[in-house]
Amino acid sequence: MVYITRIEHFNAAHKLFNPNWSKAENEAVFGKCANENWHGHNFTLYVTIAGEPNPDTGFVFDVKKLSTIINACIIDKLDHKNLNLDVDFMQGKLCSIENLIIGIWEQLSPNLPSDVKLHALKLYETPRIYVEYFGK
Amino acid sequence: MNPKVAIFRKEHFNAAHRLHNPNWDDETNKSIFGKCNNPNYHGHNYDLIVKIIGYPEPETGYVIDTKKLSDIIKRLVIERFDHKNLNEDCLDFQHLNPTVENIAIVIYNLIRPAIDDALELQIRLFETENNFADFPASSNF
Repeated sequence: MVYITRIEHFNAAHKLFNPNWSKAENEAVFGKCANENWHGHNFTLYVTIAGEPNPDTGFVFDVKKLSTIINACIIDKLDHKNLNLDVDFMQGKLCSIENLIIGIWEQLSPNLPSDVKLHALKLYETPRIYVEYFGK
Repeated sequence: MNPKVAIFRKEHFNAAHRLHNPNWDDETNKSIFGKCNNPNYHGHNYDLIVKIIGYPEPETGYVIDTKKLSDIIKRLVIERFDHKNLNEDCLDFQHLNPTVENIAIVIYNLIRPAIDDALELQIRLFETENNFADFPASSNF
């Protein structure tokens, strides 16, 4: 089994905010991440697929094609956007990177060819904070 | 005389912004600034490098105490911009488009008064790993 990873980037605004809580409660739990006027990050997304190298190409899957799929399904929806306001698959969800990575998996997985196995996603919010997700 | 030494301190802040000229119509803004004009904002992890040039002091070996430099940068810049919306929350950008160029100039002007006149100051600000601005511009890259 070989794992191959494609890295993509997007720059986005968001806030951590529970609409069921008061402003004070949000600030107590989320601190400055609750700024009602948003803050932002350069996010880095690692998409890892698994498989055996094809005997004719040597590829698990052509990563240029993988990049095209990731950009169409994910990056075009997230880059230079407001994750809380502009992203259909984050509506009604708290905009933590934990929830975001699950949403990205659910968007991406059905759009990969049936013989391509999505193994893992890793999403960096800053160089010091990242999440990983391996599907359910 | 011994040559001057440059000492660098790196800090970071995370902020939302948009690029927009209020004197233009929406179509012109969109055509010039593209997706950077999103009215709902987008954001960046900004990396700030502050460069101080001077002679090491004989007693300490420091051009400047980098702990004190870090405190200055945090007090004057990071607390001002971190986890903020540059357009909405920061008076510095009330009438100034928060491009990486303009932010670098603003940061220079915030820090300069807190640094001894005998020391040179330069700012390098990364908006992304591929886009960064220097102020003042220097012929040394």
